[in-house]
Amino acid sequence: MWNNFIHELTRAAEEIVQGFARFLPRVLEMLVIVLVGLVIAILLRGIARSILKLARFDKLSEHTGATQLLRGAALPSLTELVSRFVFWIAWLGFILVGISVLGVAGFDEHVATFFEFLPRLVVSLFILFFGLLAASFFSRAVLLGAVNANLPSPRIISWAVRTMIILFVLSMAFEELSISSRTVVVAFGMTFGALMFGLALAFGLGGKDLARRYLEKKFGSDSGAETREHEDELSAL
Amino acid sequence: MPDGSILSDEFIRELINVGEVDILVGVPTHNDARTVGQVVQGVRAGLLKYFPRARSVIINADGSSRDGTRDLVRAASINDTFGSNLPALRTLHSISTQYEGPPAAGAALHTILAAADLLQAKACAVVSPESTSLEPEWIERLLRPVIREGMDLVLPVYRRHKFDGLLIRNLVYPLTRALYACSVREPYPSDYAFSSNLGTNFLNQDLWTQEQGRHGTELWLTLVAIAGRYKLSQSFLGTRGRLEAPPSDLVKAMRETAGLLFCSLDCYSGAWKGGHEPLPVPCSGCQPAVSLEPMRVNRKRLHQMFTFGISQLEPVFSSILSGPTHEELKRLASLPETEFALPGPLWARTVYEFAAAYHRAVIGRDHVVQALVPLFRGRALTFLQQNREASETEVENNLEELCQAFEAEKPSLLQLWDGEK
Repeated sequence: MWNNFIHELTRAAEEIVQGFARFLPRVLEMLVIVLVGLVIAILLRGIARSILKLARFDKLSEHTGATQLLRGAALPSLTELVSRFVFWIAWLGFILVGISVLGVAGFDEHVATFFEFLPRLVVSLFILFFGLLAASFFSRAVLLGAVNANLPSPRIISWAVRTMIILFVLSMAFEELSISSRTVVVAFGMTFGALMFGLALAFGLGGKDLARRYLEKKFGSDSGAETREHEDELSAL
Repeated sequence: MPDGSILSDEFIRELINVGEVDILVGVPTHNDARTVGQVVQGVRAGLLKYFPRARSVIINADGSSRDGTRDLVRAASINDTFGSNLPALRTLHSISTQYEGPPAAGAALHTILAAADLLQAKACAVVSPESTSLEPEWIERLLRPVIREGMDLVLPVYRRHKFDGLLIRNLVYPLTRALYACSVREPYPSDYAFSSNLGTNFLNQDLWTQEQGRHGTELWLTLVAIAGRYKLSQSFLGTRGRLEAPPSDLVKAMRETAGLLFCSLDCYSGAWKGGHEPLPVPCSGCQPAVSLEPMRVNRKRLHQMFTFGISQLEPVFSSILSGPTHEELKRLASLPETEFALPGPLWARTVYEFAAAYHRAVIGRDHVVQALVPLFRGRALTFLQQNREASETEVENNLEELCQAFEAEKPSLLQLWDGEK
């Protein structure tokens, strides 16, 4: 009885040691992959940073207004952000490959899914980033145009443009990620439709005088005192 | 021949028939049927009267007019009312051509420069088809300094109403003078003359595909001449009639003036940062250049648009202006119209902060220029109020004060430019 117990215990211990001995090289392999991955990711970050600096990416970012947006959100420069993104994506890839070396049951599928998902993630992040830039640029353009044309409520018009573009961009990004794509598209359609309907009503009811003045000016039926005053001012300027 | 490709085969054939010339006068047009005939007759009379021995040609560069402008130019060249008694020692050629692309002053000037280069014209003048008050003497006053005195660019000085040309008086002239140490009254001329040397240099510049090669090209020509330390002079031409169809888009005008001046700061940083000696620009026949007839301007509207702009564009201004300048402008916007005044030093500081923001592209560059429009309305209102009852001398003194404010504030631009602020 006692011998049997000792024998089983020894066998179990041997199996554990053998299992550990079989597992240890994989762990080491994983650690090597993760460490090599870290070095490669750091190198890739440096290369990305250098290329973006050479291409004056920050200048482009300033031109499009992205720098301002990032500064407002207390984020680093666009070059730094993209470099960090490259670093994390590369290192995360190596970490997942390293873990898959351990041979954990079912993990390979997750790794494969991640690598399938990666391009879509990158594309949707691009869509989101440039979409937000476009929203910022166009809303500012509308704000300036409306102020210089002396239109009423320029900020509301600008906000409406920004909201529409952001909604559109979000729906595109989610569509790319296949996350609740139908819901997002339907929500976008409803919001966009409601906004357009609202604007049509607002212009029809509230802007009828403006439209009348515009048409009168365009087709020259009546030139009122206000129009004459405006022309005087422009002539002087 | 540089850039000969922009000229059509038919136009080149006509130019070859003309042969080499001494003087070329360009008339850029686009739907100017109402005025162009009178202008071309004036040019023709000026050439026959003052340069009868010179080989001359009038070139009309037209931007697809649909009102018969080109026919009127040809007819005006034959039916000469000004110079019916003038002897013609040489044949005075008149050619009209249509340049490709949409109508643009820059495209017309490009065509005229290419023609002048092909014909090896020694002196070239450009007159606006809207200069209805053009007298034959204008041609002599513009071309004589180039031909006889060896000047490279002759700019006009007009007698204007004291409230005309507010953008030139409150922004373009003081800014050009302060930055480039060169006092030219009309840096953005509509009637001017230049030498073959400057013309060829300008033709060979890499600008014809850029914005300054389409609009505001005349201002760019002046800046090129100043930055290149060419010989400049000014000629008093007389009264410039008010335009029948004044420019109705202040944003476009701001792009063509402030936008181009800001852009030039990047291109010619050596010329304005270097502390050059002032460039002398003698003025021939200059007289007090302000007329004082009463004129109605809607000041209330200017005030309303200034305050509206300040309140609505706060997020835009906060990324362009420094805190103290922005606060000061907001304080001004809270004042009633009667107490409102945007003083010269504050206006100069504001313009310089906009120039630095344009340089750093803190937001889209075109947006920086557009954002200046409501603030300019505030400055225009101040100018109108300041000079409402002013005499000629007082108007000149006020303008001189503004120019000095721009000169005094210039170091702040240098600091902003080099990132010291």
